[in-house]
Formats: sequence, C-alpha cells, structure tokens
Amino acid sequence: MTPILQIEQVSKRFGGLLALDKVTLNVNAGEIFGIIGPNGAGKTTLFNVINGVYAPTLGRITFRGENVTGLQPYDLSKRGLARTYQVVRPLAELTVHENVTVGACFGRENLPLEKAETVADEVLQFVGLTARRDMLAGKLNVAQKKRLEMARALAARPIMLLLDEVLAGLNPQEVADMLGVVRKIRENGVTIIMIEHLMHAVMNLSDRVFVLDYGAQIAEGTPQQVSSHPKVIEAYLGDPKIAQRFLEGTG
Amino acid sequence: MKTLTNAPFWLLLVVIAVVAAAPVALNNVSLREDFFLILMLIILASSTNIIMGYTGYVSFGHIVFFGTGGYIAFFLMQSLQLHFVLAALCGGIAASVMALLIGVPVLRLRGAYFALATIGINEAMRSFVTNFEPFGGSIGMFFNFSVYDAYGGAKNAGQLAYYGIVAVALLTVAASFLIKKSKFGLGLMAIREDQDAAQVLGIDPARLKVLTYTISAFFPALAGAIFFFKNGIIEPGPAFELHRSIEALVMVMLGGYGTVTGPIVGAIVYDRLRSTLITAPPINLGTLTINLSNFHLVIAGVLLLAIVLFVPAGLIGWLRQRFAPVRRYLE
Repeated sequence: MTPILQIEQVSKRFGGLLALDKVTLNVNAGEIFGIIGPNGAGKTTLFNVINGVYAPTLGRITFRGENVTGLQPYDLSKRGLARTYQVVRPLAELTVHENVTVGACFGRENLPLEKAETVADEVLQFVGLTARRDMLAGKLNVAQKKRLEMARALAARPIMLLLDEVLAGLNPQEVADMLGVVRKIRENGVTIIMIEHLMHAVMNLSDRVFVLDYGAQIAEGTPQQVSSHPKVIEAYLGDPKIAQRFLEGTG
Repeated sequence: MKTLTNAPFWLLLVVIAVVAAAPVALNNVSLREDFFLILMLIILASSTNIIMGYTGYVSFGHIVFFGTGGYIAFFLMQSLQLHFVLAALCGGIAASVMALLIGVPVLRLRGAYFALATIGINEAMRSFVTNFEPFGGSIGMFFNFSVYDAYGGAKNAGQLAYYGIVAVALLTVAASFLIKKSKFGLGLMAIREDQDAAQVLGIDPARLKVLTYTISAFFPALAGAIFFFKNGIIEPGPAFELHRSIEALVMVMLGGYGTVTGPIVGAIVYDRLRSTLITAPPINLGTLTINLSNFHLVIAGVLLLAIVLFVPAGLIGWLRQRFAPVRRYLE
C-alpha cells in the first residue's frame, strides 16, 4: 500500500536558520502519526510546509499520489487536508456556527451554504459545542476554542487532519474528552498527524511516532521503540551518559 | 437562494421604495432633491461597506469610482448621444473593470497600506482627468441643452435621474444583503476576521477580494453617472472629492460596520446632521461669530473619532449586540 502522505528530503530555510533539514517521512492511510520534539524543533514549521503555508526550500511532498509541493493552503484544503492551530484562531466576530460553516463551505466538498449549515450542526454535535452554537467565537474559553478549531477542520470532511497541540492548555478532564474526540475521528477513517507535548497522550494514541530535533529526524517508530531510543532521551533530558562521564572525571 | 424568501430582505427594500416614492407622490421637488442626496449617500456608504465592512479592507478612495463612472457616462452622453441608462451602465462597467485591474496588485496589500493605495489611486485619477483633453481637462464638461431634449426637457430629466437613483439604491442594498447572506459573503467575513486562517479553511483570499472590489465599484459609478447627468456639468474637483470618501466611511462606522442596514441608517443620520449644521444660524458669542456650516467636516471628524472610541460597532451593531432578538430582523 502506498502511503497517503510522502515527505521526501524536505528542507525549509528562513534566512540563516535551517528550520527543517532533509525530513523524510511516510504516513499511511488511517493511522495516527505523532510528531514530538523539544521546543523549536520545527514541528509547526513541518505542518506549515505540509499544508502549504510555506513552500519547502527543497524536497517534495506527495499527498494521495499527487505532487502537492508548493500548492497554496486553499488548494490543499480542497484536496482533503485540514489543520488546527496551536494558538487558536477563531473568527472572533462570527458565531460558533458560522465558523464551522466556513469550514464546511470551503472545504473538500465545497458545499453550498445551506448544506454546509447542516453539516456544521452535525459537527458541533460531534465535538460537543451545540450549546454554544450562537455565541461569538471570540467569547469562548480556551477548551471550547480548541474544540471549535477541531470542528472547523472536521466540517471540511478532510481525508487527513493535522492537529497542532490540541491538548495544550487543557485540564485533565478536558484532555480526556478531547482524546475521545480524536479517537472517534480516527474511527471515521480520517488519517491524523498530531503534534503533541503531552507525552502520555501521544504515546497512547499514536500508531507511530516521529521525533524531530533542530529540524532533523532523530527517531521514528512505535511509541515503545521511540521512548527507549537513546537520541530521544538525549534530546529531552540531555546526554544520558554525561552524568556518568562527569563522575568518572572524563567529561 | 434562501435570502430571496427572507422577510427582512423584502421588508427593507419595500420600506426604501415606499419612502422614496413619497416626493414623487407629493410632487415636491425640494423634498425630491433632499431624498436624491440621501439615496446617493446610501449607495456610497453601502458599496464602501461591501469591501470595508464585510471584507475588512478600508477603501479610503472609493469615490474614485463615483468620479470615473460619472466621467465616462457623461462623455458618452455628450459626445455620442448615448442614452442615459446605457451610458450609466457603461460607466458602471468601466469602473468595475478599473477596480479589477487595480485590485489584482493592490489587494495583496493589507490594512493601512491598502487604504493609502486607494487614496493614491483617487488622486492619480483626478490628475489624469484634469489633464485629459477629451474629458475637458481642468474645466470639465457641460451638457448642451439639447442633451436633455431627448428626455423631454431638463425638468423630466431631473425626474428620470431621481428614478435612476432610487433604482440604483435598491440594487445596491439588495446586493449588499444578498452578499452578506451568501457563501461568498461568509468567505469575505472569514477573510476580515483572519485572512491566514481563512486560507487554511479553503478560501482563496485574492480571488474573493478582487471580486468584491469589482462589485463594490459598480454601484458608486452608477450613482456618479446619475448625479452628473442631473447636474449637467462635471469637473475633476467635485468628481474625485476625497472628503466624500471619508464621509462615506463616517456613515458606515456611524450606522454599523459590516451590517446591511447600518450604512443606510448612517447615511440618513449623517445627511440630516450635515444639513442641520449647514443651515444652522451663526452662533453669536459677543465678539466672536461661529458659523457652523464652516465646521461640518470638523464635526464629521470628531464624530468618527467618537464612534471609533466609544461605539465601534455603530448604531445598528450596538443594537444587535445589546438586543439579541433584534438580530433576526436587523441585518
């Protein structure tokens, strides 16, 4: 089976900063693919390159067998790619329902307004925001805004969903609710790539995990393989052998 | 189109039509002149609102389309004896084409840069017309009386111009309403709120913005064609008067940015305020005499400042925020 998303040797340079350094990865249809890494590792940049916010400096991206390198975000949205933002971006002066309708109207199915409004109501039900339907989006609390981001992305009926830290800033109960939503999305056949700092969540949810550090891949594999990988431990905790070497007086 | 079966939509159009019919029914020419001006302001404010209120792009120099439409229609009527309605349509189409050509490069700019660019375009157009001999250069153009003969004399032409402005006002308000309630309008409002997020949600901002600018240029051009047809004279100064643009912004802000009825209410309130000020008797303060008519633009400026500071949503916006049940009826 060919992967649904292939990223081949993708680099992104901002002036003197190499934010992504020859990243190569494949995502299979139907899986939850976790991306982890320390702050500033290039995770969000990778998302921005995948969904067209930035064109990669080098490399090639293939989505569902089509070369999509350098396409605009709205082109990718029409091809079935949706994302949420780490820092939520509600359309503040529009209602919750209108926000989600935008997703449905201009997403993969490009629905006419009335159909999109129906879809928006279904999706609000799914993420549990029906009670806030007619509120202005700017007035929601953080957890609700995260759900709104999710709803807006889902209303587009995506084939693949990029989730950028949907759990950050949520309390344990809200995290548990959100994890339930993510699982349900996967059950509906949507492929998910998620960036997450909350380790227990990524490790529990993901089928495979990809670790970035300083823009380059340092490990990839099942959660078990990755969590015991020495380079991953080093990136997160520092060099595991350093303490030993200090003790031995060779450091 | 669900909007076409929407009661507030028809109600609004019927109210405007009925009120506009009053001076004709009463056969009152001075009332007709007052209403003509108000309807023209409604057209200017509503069309500015389509780009500014829905899309979030402040077009400071929107009056350029009023002048351009006016000039082109005037030229066609004067030199080619084209019928008034046809000439006005040509003026409208020419302004829209101009907006399309300007919009492609200029709408890539955001915020203040776009606003500045639109002022520049208006000033450039005024200079161009001032030096363009076929349009009469700095003197402008004026009708031979024979032009009005085709419409049964100047008196009938005035009546015809009034019907024209009523029709264009209804058209503008209808377009504004239909856009606001359509998928297209939803896309515009998404751009207004967050252009980058809108792109990720599947909206092509460049395409939508250029289209909106093109549409919003059409109506002021028709208004310009009718206005200068009625006047029988067109000059570069009055055609490209920047302060008219700024007045249109005040009306939009006063009534309510991004609403359909806001610019209408704003235009009426502003016009009444201005005419009160202009006709107010001078205030005598002993040695000092203040003539309010000299200050109406100052007062417009202060008004704009006060609205932006204290009621940024405008009258209708404030009502909609304050009283939720009103929202269904006051778009």
